Amino acid sequence: MIRILKVVWPWLLFFGLIGAILYGVTADVRWDAVYKSLPRLLEGALLTLELVGISVVAGLILALPLGIARASGNLWIGALPYVYIFFFRGTPLLVQLFLLYYGLSQFDAVRESAIWTGTQVQTTLDLGFHSWALDFKIPGLRDPFVCAVVTMTLHTAAYIAEIIRGAIRAVPQGEIEAARALGMSYAQSMRHIILPRAARIGLPAYSNEVILMLKASALASTITLMELTGMAQTIIARNYLSTEIYFAAGLFYLLISFVLVQAFRLLERWLRVDALQGR
Amino acid sequence: MTFDLNGFGGVLLAGMLMTIALALSSLALGLVLGLAGALAKTSSSLPLRWIGSSYSTIVRGVPELIWVLLIYLGTSSLLLQIGQLIGRPNLAISAFAAGTLALGLCFGAYATEVFRGALLAVPRGHREAGLALGMSSPRIFWRLILPQMWRMALPGLGNLFMILMKDTALVSVIGLTEIMRQAQIAVSFTKQPFTFYLAAAGLYLVLTMVSMAVMHQLEKRAGRGFTRAAR
Repeated sequence: MIRILKVVWPWLLFFGLIGAILYGVTADVRWDAVYKSLPRLLEGALLTLELVGISVVAGLILALPLGIARASGNLWIGALPYVYIFFFRGTPLLVQLFLLYYGLSQFDAVRESAIWTGTQVQTTLDLGFHSWALDFKIPGLRDPFVCAVVTMTLHTAAYIAEIIRGAIRAVPQGEIEAARALGMSYAQSMRHIILPRAARIGLPAYSNEVILMLKASALASTITLMELTGMAQTIIARNYLSTEIYFAAGLFYLLISFVLVQAFRLLERWLRVDALQGR
Repeated sequence: MTFDLNGFGGVLLAGMLMTIALALSSLALGLVLGLAGALAKTSSSLPLRWIGSSYSTIVRGVPELIWVLLIYLGTSSLLLQIGQLIGRPNLAISAFAAGTLALGLCFGAYATEVFRGALLAVPRGHREAGLALGMSSPRIFWRLILPQMWRMALPGLGNLFMILMKDTALVSVIGLTEIMRQAQIAVSFTKQPFTFYLAAAGLYLVLTMVSMAVMHQLEKRAGRGFTRAAR
């Protein structure tokens, strides 16, 4: 009897869990509400993608000089990036969002400046053959989207800078020496040898960071942004079906992260990350 | 601005205690879940492997904020039904319990991967040596595998704990009076958001630094008898 139980209990557990989930799902779930919420959740998901896309690309650009400065080994060059990275890695993203979105308006000087309010651009662009009348607004930090993008960029840049530092450190010393022996300057060897090599070493960690930012973007809902989580909360405020709608939102996140993982796998294959890991 | 933050300094410190309590209780739950997940994922039985890998995949793919909200708001009807069954009609989950469950769940999913790596890094020969000495399977795990796993899992767990510490700020969304919530309350009274959110950031930095120091000591203790790998 005990011997049979020893073999059977994992299956019992497995089917028990599946049964419990099926029972819970079929009991009294309002699938019609889930179905009806899909278009608006998709709208929110697009805003989430926009947020994440802009901030991980801008964060990478900002992180490059920071990471290189940290990898230089020079105490004076690395000190300021170190303080920056320490602050942004040591505090929650939620605090950073609130500091920028709610905190900055404490100072009158900030509240009246163009950084906060944004500026209206009104010029004519004349290229000789045709002239365009330009009239558009550059939004300031008062706009929750801009504020979220700026904060997430600053946040992720700190993490990416550490990834870049680690990747640069992991480039085999012999290859750097070979570059210098060929007469390349520091800048040349950085551009042609070290950075291309470090990009391949750091890519898996960078893809991790992108997935983490996808999930961190849910926090943008706390500064009134209608991304996936914010949209879910709005729908729930109307129909009170929190389980169903959060479940649907969770599925959207799972789907997006699955697609991102596959995309990075393709990118790794295209850059031949595995083949170049040889030591 | 005075040093006691208009009288709200003590409130923030009380929030810090709540943050620490939440982080430690989620850590305890997460370690158990992570260990169970790793054992399930490396076990020889197929259904257990399915359970382990779907746990870590699903929980890691959904934002922590969604878990917090889902567990706090989403389980209320379920709890009501259970409450009616056991004769306590107004059974509900507290913000602290919901936060612990949600953060522990997320920590456990990541810890599953860390523990799995550590588990696989223990040489097979050690298990075989235990078998040859006539030790039972649970005993081998408890006396041989776990102590060695611990040393290898510690750096990864330390990183996860730092992340967990910062994720506790999310529980302020459901009204638990930890650092962030207390800062929000103080802001609504004093109208000085920058001051208080900066103070909150400072408290999180202090927590991060303290836990870094503790992790360093733990790693030193777990790694005694092993020389650092040359690099």
